[in-house]
Amino acid sequence: MKRNSFPLAVGLIFGLGLCLSGMVEPAKVTGFLDLAGLWDPSLALVMGGAIVVALPAFLIARRRSAAWIGGAIELPTKRAIDAPLVAGSAIFGVGWGLGGVCPAPGVVDLGFFNPDAAIFVVAMAAGMLAYRAAVDRRLPGLRLLAQDA
Amino acid sequence: MTVDWAHFTPFSALGGGALIGLAAALLILGLGRVMGAAGIVGGALAIKDAEAPWRWSLIVGLVLSPLVARALWSVAAPVFAVHGLALVVSGLLVGFGARLGSGCTSGHGVCGLARLSPRSFAATGIFMATAFVTVFVARHVVG
Repeated sequence: MKRNSFPLAVGLIFGLGLCLSGMVEPAKVTGFLDLAGLWDPSLALVMGGAIVVALPAFLIARRRSAAWIGGAIELPTKRAIDAPLVAGSAIFGVGWGLGGVCPAPGVVDLGFFNPDAAIFVVAMAAGMLAYRAAVDRRLPGLRLLAQDA
Repeated sequence: MTVDWAHFTPFSALGGGALIGLAAALLILGLGRVMGAAGIVGGALAIKDAEAPWRWSLIVGLVLSPLVARALWSVAAPVFAVHGLALVVSGLLVGFGARLGSGCTSGHGVCGLARLSPRSFAATGIFMATAFVTVFVARHVVG
C-alpha cells in the first residue's frame, strides 16, 4: 500500500510545486529561455529553491543504504560525461526550447484537461519508446548513439 | 539583457521550487529513488518492469495536482505556445533526448545538481544552451 500511496503523495507535492512556480505555463518557461527579449528570471529561482531543499536530503541519502519504507536507496553511479549524455541533452534542449514544455510539466498539464498537453505527452512517450527501440538494437541507425546509454 | 519585471515572480518561484525540492527529498529518502520525470515516465512505459507501479502512482499524483492547486489558490490554465506538427516534434525531441541523455530538467537540473554530479552539471549546461539558442532562433531569427 505504502509503495503506491507514498509516490502518489510525492507526485502531488511535485505537481503543486510546478503549478505554484508557474512552470506548467509554457510562456513562463520560454520567458526564461529568451535571453535576447524581455527576460523573466523566475525559472532560475525555481531550480535554486528546489536544489537548496533537496541538497541536504541527497547528502543524507549518500550515507544511508535503506529507504524509509523499505528497499535500497539507489543513486546513479555513472561518472563519465559521454557522447549519449552530451547528444541527448542537446536534443532535449532543442525540444524544450521549441515548446517550452519538459516532461513533468507536460504530465501535470494533462490535469488541466489541455488537449495540447495530450498531444505533447503522446509524442514524448513515442520519443521515449523510439529511444528504447534504439537501445534494443531495433533501429540500427541509432545504434552508435545509444550503444553505451 | 532586459529583465521582464512585470512577469518576474520571485516568491512563487522560490516557494514552488521548495515544494519540488521537498518532493525530490521525500522520494530519495522514502523510496530510495531519484525524482527524474523522464526516467519515471520512460520507466513507466515498460509496464512489466517491477519499478513501473510506483512510477505510475507518482504520475497519477502529478496529473491530480492541478485539481488540488486550483482548490488552494487561483491557477490559470496553461496555454501552449506551439501546436500541431511543431508540438509533436517538440515532444519527440524531449522524450528521445531526455532518455538518451539520462535525464531532464528534474533529473539533471534539480536532483543531479543537488547531488553535485558533474554529469548533471554538464547535461544542464548543454540543454540550457541549446534551449536558449532554439528560442533565440524561433523568436528573433525565424519569428
